[in-house]
Amino acid sequence: MAGQEQQQPQPRDSEVEEEVPAPPAPAEGQASASTQGVDDLLDEIDGVLESNAEEFVRAFVQKGGQ
Amino acid sequence: MRVMGSETEYGIHAPSAPGANATMMSARVVQAYAQVTRLRAAGGAETRWDYTDEEPLHDARGWTLERGQAHPSQLTDQPPVLDAEAVALAYGRDELELDGEDESGSLLMNMVLGNGARLYVDHAHPEYSSPEVTNPAAAVAWDAAGDLVALSAVRRLAGDTELPPVNLYKNNTDNKSVSYGSHENYLMPRSVPFGDIVRGLTPFFVTRQIICGSGRVGIGQDSSRPGYQISQRADFFEAEVGLETTIRRPIINTRDEPHATADKYRRLHVIIGDANLSQVSNYLKFGTTAMVLSLIEAGLAPKIEVHEPVAALQAISHDTSLTAKIRLMDGRRVTALDLQWIYHEAAAKLAQDTGVADAVDGDGHTHAVLDRWAATLTQLDSDRAAAATSVEWLAKLSILEGYRQRDGLAWDDARLGLVDLQWADIRPEKGLYYRLLTRGRMQRIVNDADIAAAVTEPPSDTRAYFRGRCVSSFSKDVVGASWDSVIFDVPGYGRLQRVPTREPLRGTKALTGALFARHREAGPFLAELLGNAPAPPPA
Repeated sequence: MAGQEQQQPQPRDSEVEEEVPAPPAPAEGQASASTQGVDDLLDEIDGVLESNAEEFVRAFVQKGGQ
Repeated sequence: MRVMGSETEYGIHAPSAPGANATMMSARVVQAYAQVTRLRAAGGAETRWDYTDEEPLHDARGWTLERGQAHPSQLTDQPPVLDAEAVALAYGRDELELDGEDESGSLLMNMVLGNGARLYVDHAHPEYSSPEVTNPAAAVAWDAAGDLVALSAVRRLAGDTELPPVNLYKNNTDNKSVSYGSHENYLMPRSVPFGDIVRGLTPFFVTRQIICGSGRVGIGQDSSRPGYQISQRADFFEAEVGLETTIRRPIINTRDEPHATADKYRRLHVIIGDANLSQVSNYLKFGTTAMVLSLIEAGLAPKIEVHEPVAALQAISHDTSLTAKIRLMDGRRVTALDLQWIYHEAAAKLAQDTGVADAVDGDGHTHAVLDRWAATLTQLDSDRAAAATSVEWLAKLSILEGYRQRDGLAWDDARLGLVDLQWADIRPEKGLYYRLLTRGRMQRIVNDADIAAAVTEPPSDTRAYFRGRCVSSFSKDVVGASWDSVIFDVPGYGRLQRVPTREPLRGTKALTGALFARHREAGPFLAELLGNAPAPPPA
């Protein structure tokens, strides 16, 4: 019952780097700063998302509340 | 503007120990914060809750539910007893084997904090109930302070070498048919007829989610239909008016538990809101609702009646285009934006007539809320990218849409479910809301320093000041507290001294600050406060 989530090295980072496709070429040069910002943001989020999304989401089970 | 406060039940999860007992984990969270505050000598670590004035079965419509008729979860006026029998009764025998570490036999379930808040175990979730404040900006600050309280407990538990670390999520559903609440409370005069409140608030509550919904991946209580909707809570509401908060949830909750002088005040207990991380959504949730209550009190709420409000609530939540029209009883068909503008117009007119929005003589808040409300409605209609920097459901949606476009994900892809869940992780390094905030993509109402101060400092302008200062100044002598009392056990006094605080706008810094400044010891403090010196010790 030790804190495995905290203590295990997360393989996710390296996997993600391989998976991330090159940014798509902007259509007709319209790539805006905000589009670039979203791409950067998603890259950052890739790095912090829990590994194994399916299992993590499935395991999040709550008891009822108000 | 008016006395108000928030309650947040956090989702709780130990990824390395799935199935761990939620009540036990919640008690560990409270215990951990007690340990943290003891280290900081902030006091109040083991102040018990005083249940004397809790009346969860009093119905605002004028009657009291018999205890025998109540669902067990409605009996919130008795301290939870976390013994094996209680856990088994609530969750089944098999839960007992999982992690029943209870070495002391009585885990800490309740704390009163130096900032005037309450931190406790509510059913199977840790809950932070903010101190009473008087305006929506302060509501945002002391609500966000609760997230820091929860965070410091999470950090403490992460260093626990014996038991698994715990994650806390500021959300309202596990997407598997369970919901837990984020409540608001507003002080109102008792004289306002409850029927007026129901009529005036229902159309507003059906539609305010477009500015303060937190967004949810999945449609239906069990999330069985793929998609995205505006509100975390909408699909869990099944009634228009009622006393329950855990079953058959009503749009208007009738719990009549004023925690104040009962013949003068009503505490309106609002259960329909989403928990908000976005400061602007949270600010508007409190600010606009407070203004609509002023309209109701003045008899000037828009005369609108929504046809089938529960269905309308869900139809609006399921329509992220904001074009869906709901039917009114007079035959009109309007969008949620239309209805919000109707309320805004009425609120703006009342504010102008009474002068509360005046730049010089106003209350200093109404004007700002009206402006922000109008700006947000305008952006929702014509500039959704701008709205996504403040409206929580749109901010979350912008990330989800980014993933959908980049990786071609369908709405039932688990990664989108994970984005939804992790949006609400209260750890800044893991929570996606905090990643946006750090990047400057979310607007702020209060700064980090003010939120950090609100973790330890009570609001100065309500009775929460008195409660919080008693707990932090006289920690060893305060044995109990509640919203409307502080109980002292001081040497020299023959019995416990219960100081009632039934007027929410007394006990302020202006009224009691000097008293606290004059006294380091609880005995002389109490003697001056109560005007009674302790009886001489028996000969």
